[in-house]
Amino acid sequence: MLGWELPPHNSGGLGVVCYQLCEALSKKGADIEFMLPYKADHGIDFMTVTAAHPQSVVEILKSGIAYDSYKYIFKDGHSETHDLYSQVQMYENAVGQLVQKQEQEYDIVHAHDWLTFRAALRAKQTLNCPIVLHVHSIERDRAGGSTGNPLCREIESLAFTLADRIVAVSQHTKDMIVDDYDIPADKIEVVHNSIEPDALSPLDNENAYHYINAMRAQGYRVVVAVNRLTVQKGIPNLLYAAKEVIARAPKTLFLIVGSGEQYFELITLAADLGIAPNVIFTGFLRGKAWRDAYAVSDLFVMSSISEPFGITALEAIGYGTPALITHQSGVSEIMRNCLKVDFWDINEMANQITAIVQNDALRDTLHENAYHEFSKLNWNDAADKLLGIYGQQLTGAVA
Amino acid sequence: MSKAIVLYLHVHQPYRVRHYTIFDAGVDHQYFAAPYQDRTSNERIMHKVAEKSYLPTNRRLLELLQKHPEFKLSMSITGTVLEQMEAWSPESLASFQALTATGRVEIVAETYHHSLAFFYSRSEFERQVNMHREKVQTLFGQTPKVFRNTELAYNNDLAYWADKAGYKGILAEGWDKVLDWRSPNFVYQPTYTDNIRLLMKNYRLSDDIAFRFGDQSWVGWPLTADKFAHWLNESGDATNFNLFMDYETFGEHQWDESGIFGFLEHLPGEWLKKHGNAFMTVSEAIDNFVPVDRVDMPYTVTWADSERDLSAWLGNSMQSSAITALYGLEQQILATEDLSLIEDWRKLQTSDHFYYMCTKWFNDGDIHAYFSPYENPYDAFIAFMNAWHDVRFRLAAKGVGV
Repeated sequence: MLGWELPPHNSGGLGVVCYQLCEALSKKGADIEFMLPYKADHGIDFMTVTAAHPQSVVEILKSGIAYDSYKYIFKDGHSETHDLYSQVQMYENAVGQLVQKQEQEYDIVHAHDWLTFRAALRAKQTLNCPIVLHVHSIERDRAGGSTGNPLCREIESLAFTLADRIVAVSQHTKDMIVDDYDIPADKIEVVHNSIEPDALSPLDNENAYHYINAMRAQGYRVVVAVNRLTVQKGIPNLLYAAKEVIARAPKTLFLIVGSGEQYFELITLAADLGIAPNVIFTGFLRGKAWRDAYAVSDLFVMSSISEPFGITALEAIGYGTPALITHQSGVSEIMRNCLKVDFWDINEMANQITAIVQNDALRDTLHENAYHEFSKLNWNDAADKLLGIYGQQLTGAVA
Repeated sequence: MSKAIVLYLHVHQPYRVRHYTIFDAGVDHQYFAAPYQDRTSNERIMHKVAEKSYLPTNRRLLELLQKHPEFKLSMSITGTVLEQMEAWSPESLASFQALTATGRVEIVAETYHHSLAFFYSRSEFERQVNMHREKVQTLFGQTPKVFRNTELAYNNDLAYWADKAGYKGILAEGWDKVLDWRSPNFVYQPTYTDNIRLLMKNYRLSDDIAFRFGDQSWVGWPLTADKFAHWLNESGDATNFNLFMDYETFGEHQWDESGIFGFLEHLPGEWLKKHGNAFMTVSEAIDNFVPVDRVDMPYTVTWADSERDLSAWLGNSMQSSAITALYGLEQQILATEDLSLIEDWRKLQTSDHFYYMCTKWFNDGDIHAYFSPYENPYDAFIAFMNAWHDVRFRLAAKGVGV
């Protein structure tokens, strides 16, 4: 399996999804080697994790998140900084060399997102085995609905055409692959993401947000967004809606968790809208501070313009907070008890947020029913579907 | 010994709250006026129901009344549906008036606004019952003598109230837990009352028509009028078969294609073939049969879903907080003497609003059981509460502290 990140060194949902999916597959008997572009200790015992990077590299320094540049430190002491695209090339070469050695036999190559697709194609060339491309997002998602980076699109286009089978994490994503790349719909299978309810690290007794708790005791209500601060996530619309909410319910705080290229733009926008005192930017969080951000809030909002799945909504529900999600998300295909809006409908977003912060009964009923749905989720169905796809590829059967 | 079918049909449409947002509150007070194409458009729904149900059903009922002098039935028609017929489907109203003009269609009393006021404000409840009586007197020229509460919600207190208010009869669900060993096919008397009689719905026979009629997987399918009449004739000891159901069963819940109209057309003829078989209105059943026992119902029973309680309307905290907030405004609203404000507040009391907020079927994934013009129960709650906020705004604008 080819992937770009795994927890705890993940920048977002992709690493978590890969981890939980592999765990479920391995429980059902799949023998997985997971190749990453960096070396780290993941404490994983259900599969082999291999670092695929140039052999002369002794250390890779990651800046904040997986989509930034990495600094490679070589044996001879010199260092190079590589941007994402050149990392993709280095990963492809490293994977190519690893499979060339033929120390292992592989039946299937299963690759997650465009970062690993070139490596998958290289592996297929060497191993002559089927490749399954797992699409967690396509370039149009990440570009917030515009065409995006042509280099990424080229990789996606080529890989989708050459893939033996494509797996999309939602119908939403499948439709976009068909639309954007003219791939026949019957080549793409929808395998919805899921979550292991028990795998969420438990909350402890003391929430880290003392200030916010004190404000809640004063009657404030808290709306949280947990996103990379990137155009795909539609956060400016959330801030426009926030202005309308605060005008009607002044005791509302917006907690914006995450980092990304829109960080400064969003801070400026909050100030321009005159709502800066009510909008709190936490930066990128993980661990307790991340969990507690969900838990301290009254409503989680995912304002994404295009969200292939949106696992954060499920995390929020797991940590006790109901969710408002956009219709343009995969998670809205599987969750019934969520508030749902169109990403562009700022007034409706404001309307629903206002209703929640003004009414604890709505918040509580929504969460109670959402949690009921959440607690029944698992990765078994997804793993079964994938094993079925592997089987079809290996026996040559047609779906 | 004669046996009677007591057919009772309930006619109702609420004023649905449109997609009313926090941006409308304090600005636009038209909660019930959705654009015509919207799912919440009351006008459009009235047109649809008139065409599919009211007009074709009343045409057949009138033919049956003309053809069979023995055919009789009872109806309850809420004030909210009568108003909507007056506004958008006067031909429907005229078709109901043509039925009552035969003198063999009895109108049953209830709250004008199809509300649950009995459980929240006794005085408001009585005002709505009076409003409904006046409306029925004006439109149909008769004074109701038998009472039914919204959703057939019934308990000892209600029977006691109806007895004191002078009604000769009251309707309730013939739920097994209440009936115990008794049969619903007799007249009863509620405990703690002096004069009033109790008619209890035979839910098995009623639901055969109202719910199961079009269900091709049901062993009784296809249900024909002679088969149904045969079932009743075979039913042994009985005086009155209380077939209580929503009027909209005919043409709306059971579509024309199911054959429901053919069933209706043939039922009187099939039933009356046997000597001694009759149709009776609810009052006639009460006048003709002696009560066989007293019935005690200390808790509230309704005619809804498998629980037969109020949980479909008041079962979650959104529902209970919304209805509590609404009745919490009663004193201030009435004190304004502003008729349009009072009327809007009353329209918000219609039980359907709270039903739309019900999460129990929505949650079980049985989306088809969720009859609602809203995408989900939360949207229903949000629209309702925004309207409530606006009602408060209008109070505040009059200088009333809220």
